[in-house]
Amino acid sequence: MRWRICAAAWLLCGTSMSPVLADEGAADTSHLRVLAASCAACHGTNGNSVGGTPVLAGLMPAYFVAQMQAFRSGKRDSTVMHHHAQGLTEAEIALLADYFSRQPRVTMHAPVPESN
Amino acid sequence: MQRREFLKLMSAAVAAGMLPVTARAGQARGRVVIVGGGYAGATAAKYLRLWGGEKLEIILIEERRNFISCPLSNLVLGGSKKIDELTFSRNGLDHYGIQRMEYTVAGINPDDRTVFLTRARTSYGAPFGYDRLIVAPGIDFVWDKYPLLLDAVGRPSDPRSAADQSTFPGVPIQSASTPRGVLEQQLPHAWKAGEQTVNLRRQLEAMADGGTFVMTVPKMPYRCPPGPYERASQVAFYFSKHKPKSKVIVLDENPDIVSKKALFLRAWEELYPGMVDYRPNNVVTEIREYSGRSGFLVKTEFEDLSADVLNVIPPQCAGVVTHPFAQDLRNGRWYDVDFLTYESKVAPNVHIIGDAVSSALPKSAHMASSQAKVAAAAIVALLSDQPPDPQPVFANTCYSFVSDKLAMHVANVYRYDTQKKIMLPAEGGGVSDHASEQEGDYARWWAKNIWSDVLT
Repeated sequence: MRWRICAAAWLLCGTSMSPVLADEGAADTSHLRVLAASCAACHGTNGNSVGGTPVLAGLMPAYFVAQMQAFRSGKRDSTVMHHHAQGLTEAEIALLADYFSRQPRVTMHAPVPESN
Repeated sequence: MQRREFLKLMSAAVAAGMLPVTARAGQARGRVVIVGGGYAGATAAKYLRLWGGEKLEIILIEERRNFISCPLSNLVLGGSKKIDELTFSRNGLDHYGIQRMEYTVAGINPDDRTVFLTRARTSYGAPFGYDRLIVAPGIDFVWDKYPLLLDAVGRPSDPRSAADQSTFPGVPIQSASTPRGVLEQQLPHAWKAGEQTVNLRRQLEAMADGGTFVMTVPKMPYRCPPGPYERASQVAFYFSKHKPKSKVIVLDENPDIVSKKALFLRAWEELYPGMVDYRPNNVVTEIREYSGRSGFLVKTEFEDLSADVLNVIPPQCAGVVTHPFAQDLRNGRWYDVDFLTYESKVAPNVHIIGDAVSSALPKSAHMASSQAKVAAAAIVALLSDQPPDPQPVFANTCYSFVSDKLAMHVANVYRYDTQKKIMLPAEGGGVSDHASEQEGDYARWWAKNIWSDVLT
């Protein structure tokens, strides 16, 4: 499944595709890591949210893609996510789906303020 | 397609020179020194370790012991947050093997790749070498745009006018370091969260009902585009609960509300009717302290205003941590960088990230952390003899609170434009339909998640 999605992403993108890592698979590129990491402000490091937003780590790729497509089309209501889903290409969504599916689920905590 | 075929395709593409091969984690070697431990610098330190592996030496230099979040700090003015709730140590970064040093950077020499450190005016031994330097200095203030502020607090900007304090000397202050101290006590900018924020809150608390809060907004670009309007909303929130006869006057140097305009106007009209008086194109020309009573006389090109509490948000420039080296780096007020690596346009091996960067990108915490990640990935690649990503893509989400519970956002994906060589917003970005409690929840969780991402 994972590889089919990667391959699909690759084919969708054609020659405009950004960098791809040869020996560890497309999903481990520096490009993809940075893109995925920019989701962390709301969804936590490597998709391990501390709360309030869905944990993306370990999600089934097909589920991730379906949700993002639903945000894009407006089929799923959202406050913020349609702005991100519409800004990403289908290839990027497929790559992100694969990336997050491979991240282990880890319990993350918000740091404790100095007042506590 | 099978995995084997896929890899074959990839290998062929690489062999044909179509695709750069990026670095494998764990291969990067060398010493990266990071100056500044805010959203940008702390993120860079952590992600250098996550992506660069164990062999990289990572040193984070930050003179302030605690990290205090600017995001949510306007809520301290509204009264729904305490500054302590936004104050964190950086101990959570220690387990990544990041060496933290509480020092001030006295200078940088890019020719021999060294930084000079001081603490309590004592220099730290020998200059400190690096392979790559990251400078994440945040913002500083351009005080010379506000010579009158100095006059207002009884510090003559020009000795010739010292004999007659009743007239404005009209001489610009050239030094950026003169007005600290007295000025910051009486007229807190509160644009770096901390003691200044608490000071402004105390002044609001001390103000009598029926008083007037006047605030100024500098010309773009400045840190946090919607921040001043969020601040006006938070002060109005506090007044509406405790001092309902009071007023908020916003003197904006810009021709219009810079960010989330319709959302702020609607919030002010619905939540605080008649309380927020927004005035575009208003440049302050003079500020004077009243004698015999508290508060300030504020003159604009159009009129004189009386402020019981005055908050001047000064014009801003890149943080000056690296004087005199900074003078070479700076293009006007901000640092010019290559958006693939955030390497300085004038100083090789020096990378600059966050609010200090010259760009059309909003100067937000999320943006700072995204730039940090691009720079970290690029440095890992460069220290592994690999090319950096030729087309970075990242997202930005920025929330603003208009009360204790209601918030709204602006969100965009940004993609590197290979022709223009800058980051451009992708289609599909935008703002909330309206401020809501749901987005207020998201905004609070945004903060907890980004704090976790940056500091743990």
